[in-house]
Amino acid sequence: MYRYDEFDHDFVRARVAQFADQVERRLSGELTEDQFKPLRLMNGVYLQLHAYMLRIAVPYGTLSAKQMRMLAQIARKYDRGYGHFTTRQNLQFNWPALKDVPAILADLASVEMHALQTSGNCIRNVTSDHFAGAAADEVADPRPYAEILRQWSSIHPEFSFLPRKFKLCVIAAEHDRAAMQTHDIGLQLKRNAEGELGFAVFVGGGQGRTPMIAHKVRDFLPEEDLLAYVEAIMRVYNLHGRRDNKFKARIKILVHETGVEEITRQIEAEFAEVLKADLLRLPEDEIDRIRAYFAAPELAEKPARSGAFEAAKADSREFTAFAENNVSPHKAPGYGIVTVSLKPIGGIPGDASAEQMEVVADLAERYSQSEIRVSHEQNLVLPHVALDDMPALYATLAEHGLATGNAGLVTDIIACPGLDYCALANARSINIAQDLSNRFGSPERQEEIGELSIKISGCINACGHHHVGHIGLLGVDKRGEEVYQITLGGSADETAAVGTLVGPGFKTDEVGDAVETVVDTYLKLREGPDENFLAAVRRLGQKPFKEALYGAA
Amino acid sequence: MTPPVAATTAVQAFDDIEILDRPGAAPQPARSRDHLRRVPDPEPATSRPDPEGPLWRNGRFETDEWTMTAEDEAVGEGPAILPLERFLAERDGLGHRNAPLGVLVAAGESLSELIPHLTRVTLVVLSFPKFSDGRSMSTARLLRERHGFGGEIRATGDVLIDQMPLMRRCGVDSFDVQNPVTRKQLAAGKWPDVPFYLQPVGSSQQDEVAAGKRPWARRRAEAPRQAAE
Repeated sequence: MYRYDEFDHDFVRARVAQFADQVERRLSGELTEDQFKPLRLMNGVYLQLHAYMLRIAVPYGTLSAKQMRMLAQIARKYDRGYGHFTTRQNLQFNWPALKDVPAILADLASVEMHALQTSGNCIRNVTSDHFAGAAADEVADPRPYAEILRQWSSIHPEFSFLPRKFKLCVIAAEHDRAAMQTHDIGLQLKRNAEGELGFAVFVGGGQGRTPMIAHKVRDFLPEEDLLAYVEAIMRVYNLHGRRDNKFKARIKILVHETGVEEITRQIEAEFAEVLKADLLRLPEDEIDRIRAYFAAPELAEKPARSGAFEAAKADSREFTAFAENNVSPHKAPGYGIVTVSLKPIGGIPGDASAEQMEVVADLAERYSQSEIRVSHEQNLVLPHVALDDMPALYATLAEHGLATGNAGLVTDIIACPGLDYCALANARSINIAQDLSNRFGSPERQEEIGELSIKISGCINACGHHHVGHIGLLGVDKRGEEVYQITLGGSADETAAVGTLVGPGFKTDEVGDAVETVVDTYLKLREGPDENFLAAVRRLGQKPFKEALYGAA
Repeated sequence: MTPPVAATTAVQAFDDIEILDRPGAAPQPARSRDHLRRVPDPEPATSRPDPEGPLWRNGRFETDEWTMTAEDEAVGEGPAILPLERFLAERDGLGHRNAPLGVLVAAGESLSELIPHLTRVTLVVLSFPKFSDGRSMSTARLLRERHGFGGEIRATGDVLIDQMPLMRRCGVDSFDVQNPVTRKQLAAGKWPDVPFYLQPVGSSQQDEVAAGKRPWARRRAEAPRQAAE
């Protein structure tokens, strides 16, 4: 894991002091709310429906056990004993008082954390594959590059007042687990024919009211030019992105209105100029130095097959479901990557209590090299667990409501906080997620349905990623009533696609039945259990689902 | 972990801030903070004839020797600022003037036509129509870093203290400050900077030195005068 040096500590301390001063000036009335807003947002402080919300950065989703313990402590001391993990791999506290925020930031700084640039019209927390550093299929660990981007984008003097927020994602495998193509800039680490590392560069993805899948503007960018190229993209956007309409201000709109070919030409022209200044070339030894922080842990050698693991599977159906759905292949034989589901049946997606955070921290220390990850699917991950340890790990998780074996299944639902918390929302999300989770909750039914992602947003801003859900639900306000529109066929992986609206929306008490109808239609029409929901929708189109929902035309 | 029911839960008391927003609430002075270092002050501010001039430059308020040329006005005798478009239209006729020329570049306006004539200009004024509009940050950097402009770059418009340290790193070295609170804070020696930097910009108008092992980490060099204080 990355560790702060003296400079990083000085930097974060000075930032906390700067924000403490800004909070004081706000409280004393020297700063208007209008002037304070972008400052607090860049420090992670949102004004929600009921209170301020503090969004804490978990850079590229990587946490240590010690950091997780601090989050638990903050949840107890300053919040209501729980926190909410988000689709940006961050953590939100929903009830802090503004006056406590500088103290919380100081506590975070003591464990090398911050809330920098988790909101506002700046470069946001950089996300990555939550299996990074452990996945069997990665080219190399993408996190050193995410860390370099995190550093370079921190309080960037030129790019802190952009037209709109700006999100970067770095992945390193063909299989995209991080929704990379829905980001403003997506980077895929790869090797060229000569075996050199570099990036495929994607620009202009985003969700919100105008969902777009990013366009590839570069097939191979040499590793050393990472910052120069990103700076070129940022400058083209900063100067030319629309500022007349907040809803048309993301880079996806600039790309769309300018055309991919022309925007690519502008980026390449700017990149050529940036290279001439020669300020941003990444030195090889510096990449190596950062990479060393992310060196793979030294894991004891194990046989690929674990007797204890196989015996536990033979013993218990619940454990088998957990092993099949929540344990993913690790680079090292005899190890697995464990997804700790924050989606208990009937629960609130992404919520974790302080006690649960501490349990995960303990387990990380005991079984996973003290490392934890947060996934954009709002689950936690223990990346380096020996198969031999799985039964014991599972038993402890089960004691604390963390062993639901539903990763990737229909109840592994993404939902935004919705109208229960959010000032922007038109409809609730959490209640719908809970209802669907209960309806599909039986292990047999989930197994029968197989891989299926439901994603729920309480408004058009799409924080719940509904556009890229296999089934997406969008809450809208229709004459004072919450109504949910259903989209089908969205996808956030390497086959990224925006779902298609299937028809008129459903009221709160109808939407659960409607989703069941969609799922039953799939089960009836699929070619077999090997054809998952997404594949079936792609083959069948909307028609049979439309007919099942609204009757034959 | 039960969420509040949206429509029925009474809105929680907001932070004190909401109360302080009410008219009549007395503003309290912000306590001084270590990191809000004083901007290096080469000369005592009292030596200036007009300490209350509109321009924040060289770490103090100074009088403005420049005149902005109004739309229907002839270009004056002294140092004159012209909007970019007018400068380009009239530049041939301005050749015999002895006084310095300045150009006003609007946020997002392209520099390409100005660049060939940049040597004739000693001041570029960049507009910030709103403090949250960062286009002129890019323009300032391009002027310094790419086009080697060594004259004065002035920020005008919605210039507030919290953006000024960033502007200075992008190449701005004078600030047309209208906001009374910002003026008061500057006069009190405030400069709300995080004096540690992670971008090796070639445009900064302050002395920065390497910090730590990273090739791009910088911190602000302390002015010798200040170190002696």
